[in-house]
Amino acid sequence: MAPPAQSQRSPSPSQPSGKSEVSDLKLQLRQLAGSRAPGVDDSKRELFKKVISYMTIGIDVSSLFGEMVMCSATSDIVLKKMCYLYVGNYAKVNPDLALLTINFLQRDCRDEDPMIRGLALRSLCSLRVANLVEYLVGPLGSGLKDSNSYVRMVAVMGVLKLYHISASTCIDADFPSILKHLMLHDSDTQVVANCLSALQEIWSAEASTSEEASREREALISKPFIYYLLNRIKEFCEWAQCLVLELVTKYVPSDSSEIFDIMNLLEDRLQHANGAVVLATIRVFLQLTLSMTDVHQQVYERIKAPLLTLVSSGSPEQSYAVLSHLHLLVMRAPYVFSSDYKHFYCQYNEPSYVKRLKLEMLTAVANESNTYEIVTELCEYAANVDIPIARESIRAVGKIALQQYDVNAIVDRLLQFLEMEKDYVTAEALVLVKDLLRKYPQWSHDCIAVVGNISSKNVQEPKAKAALIWMLGEYSQDMQDAPYVLESLVENWDEEHSAEVRLHLLTAMMKCFFKRPPETQSALGAALAAGIADFHQDVHDRALFYYRILRYNVSVAERVVNPPKQAVSVFADTQSSEIKDRIFDEFNSLSVLYQKPSYMFTDKEHRGPLEFADELGNLSIGEAANNVVPTQMVEENDKDLLLTTSEKEETKGSRNNGSAYSVPYDGSSTSVFASQTQIESAVSNPTLAGHSPQASFAIDDLLGLGIPAAPAVLSPPQLKLNTKAALDPSTFQQKWRQLPVALSQEISVSPQGVAALTAPQALLRHMQSHSIHCIASGGQSPNFKFFFFAQKFEESSNYLVECVINTSSAKAQVKIKADDQNTSQDFSTLFESALSKFGTS
Amino acid sequence: MISQFFVLSQRGDNIVFRDYRGEVAKGSAEIFFRKVKFWKEDGQEEAPPVFNVDGVSYFHVKVVGLLFVATTRVNVSPSLVLELLQRIARVIKDYLGVLSEDSLRKNFVLVYELLDEVIDFGYMQTTSTEVLKSYIFNEPIVVDAARLQPLGPAAIFMQGTKRMPGTAITKSVVANEPGGRKREEIFVDIIEKISVTFSSSGYILTSEIDGTIQMKSYLTGNPEIRLALNEDLSIGRGGESANDYRSSYGSGAVILDDCNFHESVRLDSFDMDRTLALVPPDGEFPVMNYRMTQEFKPPFHINCLIEEAGHLKAEVILKVRAEFPSNITANTVVLEMPLPKYTTRASFELEPGVTGQRTDFKGANKKLEWDLEKFVGGVEHTLRAKLTFSQELHGEILADSKEI
Repeated sequence: MAPPAQSQRSPSPSQPSGKSEVSDLKLQLRQLAGSRAPGVDDSKRELFKKVISYMTIGIDVSSLFGEMVMCSATSDIVLKKMCYLYVGNYAKVNPDLALLTINFLQRDCRDEDPMIRGLALRSLCSLRVANLVEYLVGPLGSGLKDSNSYVRMVAVMGVLKLYHISASTCIDADFPSILKHLMLHDSDTQVVANCLSALQEIWSAEASTSEEASREREALISKPFIYYLLNRIKEFCEWAQCLVLELVTKYVPSDSSEIFDIMNLLEDRLQHANGAVVLATIRVFLQLTLSMTDVHQQVYERIKAPLLTLVSSGSPEQSYAVLSHLHLLVMRAPYVFSSDYKHFYCQYNEPSYVKRLKLEMLTAVANESNTYEIVTELCEYAANVDIPIARESIRAVGKIALQQYDVNAIVDRLLQFLEMEKDYVTAEALVLVKDLLRKYPQWSHDCIAVVGNISSKNVQEPKAKAALIWMLGEYSQDMQDAPYVLESLVENWDEEHSAEVRLHLLTAMMKCFFKRPPETQSALGAALAAGIADFHQDVHDRALFYYRILRYNVSVAERVVNPPKQAVSVFADTQSSEIKDRIFDEFNSLSVLYQKPSYMFTDKEHRGPLEFADELGNLSIGEAANNVVPTQMVEENDKDLLLTTSEKEETKGSRNNGSAYSVPYDGSSTSVFASQTQIESAVSNPTLAGHSPQASFAIDDLLGLGIPAAPAVLSPPQLKLNTKAALDPSTFQQKWRQLPVALSQEISVSPQGVAALTAPQALLRHMQSHSIHCIASGGQSPNFKFFFFAQKFEESSNYLVECVINTSSAKAQVKIKADDQNTSQDFSTLFESALSKFGTS
Repeated sequence: MISQFFVLSQRGDNIVFRDYRGEVAKGSAEIFFRKVKFWKEDGQEEAPPVFNVDGVSYFHVKVVGLLFVATTRVNVSPSLVLELLQRIARVIKDYLGVLSEDSLRKNFVLVYELLDEVIDFGYMQTTSTEVLKSYIFNEPIVVDAARLQPLGPAAIFMQGTKRMPGTAITKSVVANEPGGRKREEIFVDIIEKISVTFSSSGYILTSEIDGTIQMKSYLTGNPEIRLALNEDLSIGRGGESANDYRSSYGSGAVILDDCNFHESVRLDSFDMDRTLALVPPDGEFPVMNYRMTQEFKPPFHINCLIEEAGHLKAEVILKVRAEFPSNITANTVVLEMPLPKYTTRASFELEPGVTGQRTDFKGANKKLEWDLEKFVGGVEHTLRAKLTFSQELHGEILADSKEI
């Protein structure tokens, strides 16, 4: 026989030869079609094999349709199967020819052999031709009643296929209710499982239009049905078990004894060798105990060992999937896994995607007791031959350092990296040292000494170069030759390809100038000239801005460019906790691997049948904010690590403002550095930090610097609020989640206030003048919703407010949460008085 | 729920392609292959087993160089799909005896037949070789196993006489022996992956054993089998952390951190006498996976010395000592050591007068390999390797090693 491998080689390069072979096949098939000679089946087999091998490699053999059907009159089951496969593949493109097959398929559906009945029924349903559905109903109906479970199993899936070809035919024939009956009474578990899958899909699709379907769908997660499935769970095959377990996650038990019953029943599923079953079980456990904090913790302890076993027993691909889930759990409960950190050590032969996850996990579980060992291990990786992993490990060391454990030792390690004299190690370490300095300025002396020894010529990567330049600018008074290093960099302005580096060079020159004017003056002039001539818009704008502000007033310029800095206490988290919770709700799904909730990567129509409960019970602040400003929220998820709100406002602002003066900010870059400069300028200007949606207003103000920014707080009672309060949305959300409601009250809004509240912005501006800042707002008349925050003067104590104003009833529902519960009453008075003044002033 | 399943060769050709739901465009195999091949421009990183392109999620597992791929548009459980792909590969192997590009191409009709039964309209039906047997009618075309690589990890520490010839392992589960005779056989392999990290001074930093008991049954009539494990076996349960029970138990006891079992295993008497009862289904399957971090004596002790021998040159001295008694012999021990990317040449010097050892420098993946055919307990072997680099050497090289 001709192996397909060989036939594959000849036709693929040139299509014509494929064509001639197809017509050759056609001829041979035609000869065999009528023949009844002995041994004809064998030659048919060979021919069919050839046809299917062509089909697989993508050669169009649909022209053989007629001949194939003619040859299909045979009792040889292997031939039949091949023929079914062929027909299933091409019927859709040849609906007319497909009609030819109906006849023999229908006949086969009545065959004596249940195998043939099943196969024919499956092929019949797989034709996917709309005008043939009428021929399906009969065979499907009898298939569902067949005495053989194989046929029933196939028929159930057939119903689902029919539904996808023509939903109305399927519903009209009353198939869903037959399936429901089968599901509850069939003795074969695979039939039951197929019914369940089919019904879930059908009812979810129908639920939006039909009241009854959505009721049926709810009935799937009713107590009797769930118990019916759970009691039989061991009879199901492993894949069907996953299906059942997935359904159980949707079930809400009525009391805690029920929860324990279910968990006891399912406990031995955790010892299953199939990772999918174990993960599905874990999901059930986690969901069930979500409201029982201490049991939830016990669940973490219980699932730890099975998960770790799964990681080490399967293929690297399977471990990857399991590790991603472990990663999610580690992020939620680092302390549970902190003693198992050795399991997350990388082995040299693991693929990089596994190593990467393990590194992240090591970062997450680091605490006082294990930091030393983890960092030692990570330092080993830094010398690894695998460069991306080496980089990643250095970054991990940095992240641990920023978590504040045993910083002393880590700083030493990082500084050792700088001395390792490998380009990529130096580059990564530079970026980290810079971040560290922003958080722990007290280390500057040790770091500067080492950084000063690094020749800027050895640093090529833009990020690292930018970090080095930032440090040169920031600590120019401590570094002897800082002005000269910067000067040489300015001289090579044209060779610097990265706009980010050039931007930082400009800022660093300015800072250096304020500290050591005589040494820097000429270089600064050169830098500004080069910057103004730069073709990059942002570089040009920043240079021009610096130039003008210097001309206007040098001391003002210094306050703008180089204000006293506060150490950054917390770097903004990559993902808001709302997103993380969302992902956790979708445990054991792709969301965990992609680290995105499912709505971000699936289309609406492909959400799948199992997600119907998702929309319920997810009332969080993020959700509300999401409705209000969806685009912004989505943007936020994608943005880089350190993006702060003020920055975002400005991104918007500079866009709104068009070509007018834009803030010195590189809108396209979301680097650490951009945000640093932003914070610098933000600190100097209260309005900027005030999250005003009116960025143009803020910019006007920035340019008119000397003017006091905000009107003084009006007759403050005991409580004084910080006019410069700043809070980023993710911290807000986190706090909102954590804190209890301190006060909840209804406030009347004055008629003038109602009149003034035509758009949310009006109130925002008003509240801001009372040092109460808005973080999210939205709604339309008559209902408006706001989230406000305020900070106590000279303290970091925050007040968070949710305020829903109904203009038709002139009432405001206010919920206040506070870090410091004692002063929440005072704050409430303040808030009320501020709100009552709205529209009057 | 999956939309398509396909198997690609290393060059990206479709070997098998099955579309179950018609939701994903036909060109998906090409999109997938291009993405995997050019995951990162520098080619240093592998594509993760799951990724998403334009709303389509692609799952893949690599088995013997072939890519088994599934696509879906729905938010499914990733481990479910990856497990399924792995299982499909195993079922195919059960049927064909040998899983390779060649055997797949020769038997693709059979594979289609299998795929039809394993998945229907994207929903998994069954992956049990046993159940599938009644639905499958094609006869496998057996590919000559002799040309294949010597068997995988199956024969590690088996003592000489008990080792089975490799062909038995690569025999198809369903195919009849030539001559219609069928041997009643069952193979039980215990495969342990031992990971030990030594510090430069020879102390053990971490040690871990991941083991699995594999069974491959050719028995007819499905008799019940009892597998008795060491009676001192105990499984760390409850809230104890890994460190606690090391000290509290006496020596001699085998303490597993955790284990899991195949679904055919019944654990009725496991708590009493450590016996597993099972009715083995046809085909190959893991009876039990286990994991332990208890301190143990590693079977080999490896010492690595690196000396810089001038500019662009270094000398590595590898010493390996077998820690087991001298009446046991280990077969086919392979030592691997990753070398820096810029290693260009390596020359080796074995101990004078030894036989049955081979050394190799794998230029493609920069690895040093040292094969020892027979390794008698209590003996120490040494290898000197002179390395030449294209670039100056920084820092030290991490020495990991692995025995197969």
